[in-house]
Amino acid sequence: MQFLITVLLDGLIYASYLFIVSLGLTITFGVMKILNVAHGGFFAWGAYLASISIIYLGDNEYNSFLYYFAIFLSAIIVGLFFGYIIEKFILRKMYNEDIHLIVLATFGLFWILEDLILHVFGVDPLMPYYPAMELGGIEVGGIFQGVYSLTLAGLAIIVAFICWYFLKKTKYGKVLQSVIFDREVSVSMGINVTKVYLITFIIGGMLGALGGAYIAPTISVSPGFAIDVVVMSFAVVVIGGMGSVPGALIGSLIVGLVRAFAVHQAPILELFIIYAIMAIVLIIKPEGLFAPPKPRKI
Amino acid sequence: MATTEILKTTNLQKSFSGIIAAEDINISVKEGEIIGIIGANGAGKTVFVNMITGYLKPTSGSIEFNGKNITGIKPREATHIGVCRSFQVSQVFMSMTVKQNLMIAMSLSKKSGSALLDPINDDILSKECDKILKQYNIIKQKDLVVSTLSQGMRKLLDIAMAVVGNPKILLLDEPTSGVSVEEKFGIMDIVISALKESGTTVLFVEHDMEIVERYVDRVMAFYQGQIICDAPPKQALKDKKVIQYVLG
Amino acid sequence: MFKGILKEQTIQVGIGFVFIVVLLGTFILPEWMSNNFMYGLSRGLAVLGLMILWRTNLVSFGHALYYGFGAYAVAIAQKYLGVTDVFLRILIAIAAAGLLGFVLGFILRRYREIFFAMLSLAFSMVLYGLLAKAEFLGSTDGMSISPSTMFGFELGRFGLFYFIGFVVILSLIFAHAYLRSSLGHLTTAIMDNEIRVEYLGYSVEKAIHIKYVISACLAGGAGGLMAAALGQVDPDSMVLWSVSGELVFVTIMAGLGNILAPFVGAIFFEFIRTYAYEFAPQAWQMIIGGTLLAIIFFLPGGLWSLFQKINPFKKEKK
Ligand SMILES: Nc1ncnc2c1ncn2[C@@H]1O[C@H](COP(=O)(O)OP(=O)(O)OP(=O)(O)O)[C@@H](O)[C@H]1O
Ligand SMILES: [Mg+2]
Repeated sequence: MQFLITVLLDGLIYASYLFIVSLGLTITFGVMKILNVAHGGFFAWGAYLASISIIYLGDNEYNSFLYYFAIFLSAIIVGLFFGYIIEKFILRKMYNEDIHLIVLATFGLFWILEDLILHVFGVDPLMPYYPAMELGGIEVGGIFQGVYSLTLAGLAIIVAFICWYFLKKTKYGKVLQSVIFDREVSVSMGINVTKVYLITFIIGGMLGALGGAYIAPTISVSPGFAIDVVVMSFAVVVIGGMGSVPGALIGSLIVGLVRAFAVHQAPILELFIIYAIMAIVLIIKPEGLFAPPKPRKI
Repeated sequence: MATTEILKTTNLQKSFSGIIAAEDINISVKEGEIIGIIGANGAGKTVFVNMITGYLKPTSGSIEFNGKNITGIKPREATHIGVCRSFQVSQVFMSMTVKQNLMIAMSLSKKSGSALLDPINDDILSKECDKILKQYNIIKQKDLVVSTLSQGMRKLLDIAMAVVGNPKILLLDEPTSGVSVEEKFGIMDIVISALKESGTTVLFVEHDMEIVERYVDRVMAFYQGQIICDAPPKQALKDKKVIQYVLG
Repeated sequence: MFKGILKEQTIQVGIGFVFIVVLLGTFILPEWMSNNFMYGLSRGLAVLGLMILWRTNLVSFGHALYYGFGAYAVAIAQKYLGVTDVFLRILIAIAAAGLLGFVLGFILRRYREIFFAMLSLAFSMVLYGLLAKAEFLGSTDGMSISPSTMFGFELGRFGLFYFIGFVVILSLIFAHAYLRSSLGHLTTAIMDNEIRVEYLGYSVEKAIHIKYVISACLAGGAGGLMAAALGQVDPDSMVLWSVSGELVFVTIMAGLGNILAPFVGAIFFEFIRTYAYEFAPQAWQMIIGGTLLAIIFFLPGGLWSLFQKINPFKKEKK
């Protein structure tokens, strides 16, 4: 019982955080058909920017409400700044290129973003533990659990809800969905695809950065820590279906829970099992569990 | 003349998620016959060709070739037994030259096993290739990349690539569409005379009735997935239903 | 299959190139520079494998699977069978990778584009996940490889270098023979139009499978040679996705134009990496990332296209 609760808690928390990051990745893929390796760069930058802000705020004993403000602001700034530059000056020039080349370009960008971090933030690990410390912990079914981590699940639910509301209920959401469904037709309907792409990429970047910024207080933020997250969220997106929002949700849950189970029960399988699931899904259902619909082109 | 039956279909039917694209197709083709397939857009001509050559699997019914059931075979198996085709939209290797296209087609049809690992530039094959290019009147373009060619030339190349497989029966899907009016008869003269010489059975889809009249022994008219008339051209082109649904 | 192949210009230039590299590396250059040549030649094999796949527009984001598998095969053969003979080592590496490629090929040959890339990635990460946790194979620390021998005598660094040159020349000959053959020409054909290839009577999946196994063998060979050259194998520097990413990067940097390009590219890459790491340790990733972007934007044909402009062997077309 204890064991089950531990696995569930760990799994859900990890899934929440993966969901926020993967959502950004899957939206970018769905709309722009770009597999963005630089997403890990957004993630790392969000984490670093949030970390130094939180450490500054905490060291100077500011109101703890400001921590959360700093986290969201970091995500927004990182998404806007790098998203704008990367889409406008690099990706936009590549949309007619081979899809593999675009992946490779984002791979190069990932390297660049990683190194920029060393220059801006230094090589020493940052530990912005203030918000997590302040919220303390509670007992859940006999297990001690940090409250801050639990709020991550709340954040994931809020993000999921906003995303659902935006896509289903707003005009812009419908525009976006039509671009996802069929780009050429959208262009002919007079939708400004260039603008949609830019905004999508920025929002995707913000989500990646938000994942990093929000997780930062629970970990030690050090160079290279984003590398694992990139492939992990690739796995989520592939399992759920590239470009599918519900897919990102289900994919995160699967990966989060399975990983938590492996970590506690069979640590040897920790990494193996996730990629094995990814491979099996690709073999059985290459489009992913929740493949977005495709236009029929004969 | 031999009058063996080479191709026969029985109650051939094809539907796409409820929409019927072919229904009750019963035909019998004799060796050496040249048959024209006519019908308005969307009548099911291409679907018919696709079923015979293994691109589409019939929903029901059967196809017999030389007395053997070949329903649902794969395209490459069709090619192996001598059922070959050309395409309505030319299917050629766009980034390669005309000669490279034909060389690949020839070596795949003439070589097998480890011989495929020999250099593609083989003198004997190359000479033969030039001969065919000359025959199809595209020898001047042999070193041009296909994507720079006109529609008509791509069509010719497409047909030549099907013919080098030594088909027993050849299905040509609109061999003259996209070809200028002046070129049309030239192409058909080349193709039909070459095929007659080798005794190949030909079924070709055609919208131009002048061409149909000139070259075919028999006409099959399609309408909404069914064959509404199967008769010699003179008779078929005067048929009431044909006039109403195909020519009208 | 190999008829008259030594008379072909590509092969003659290739053999000359390898000779020069080996001579420079063994007699003239200081060791750190010569290492770049040695590693570049070895890893160039894996890049050649990727290039052959790429010509069908199949890009593997997990080719480190075979690279690492070849390397670990050498390590395992040493640990459990005591194999240190360099001929056996390379044969084991190639055979192991080829066998794995043959098995996985039955699945991968059905995939194209991003799905091919992702499934390759997944397979490579499965191996990574296993190796990183397998204690009997040294987990993340990996295993060390003892010096190679030939007929019972220790080979030494120079000897190994010659051997690598020899393997590269054989691979060049084999790859060229394949690419100039009818089967090899199906490469571009399949990329252009799979339907037509099927209608010409050849199975597209079979052609891709053959190509995939060849590619796996080359990557496995590269891994085997690198294991011997480095004296060490470990999952992070041989199987991780970033290793696959690097190989893809070198492929595009080198260009797909010629079978020599992968080796030129791989050597060039070793040099940028060493120099960048030496002179700008905080910025070497940035330099590599920047180079990658610069090549994609300004030199789409890769380094080889640069080389072609000044290539004295190029035949003038009228
Ligand atoms: N793959 C497919 N999926 C769904 N419907 C199809 C498919 N292929 C053909 N159809 C439908 O089957 C019907 C017959 O199409 P077909 O292409 O055979 O017409 P056709 O006689 O060749 O016309 P055209 O002269 O325009 O080439 C059409 O209604 C078409 O929409
Ligand atoms: Mg048609």
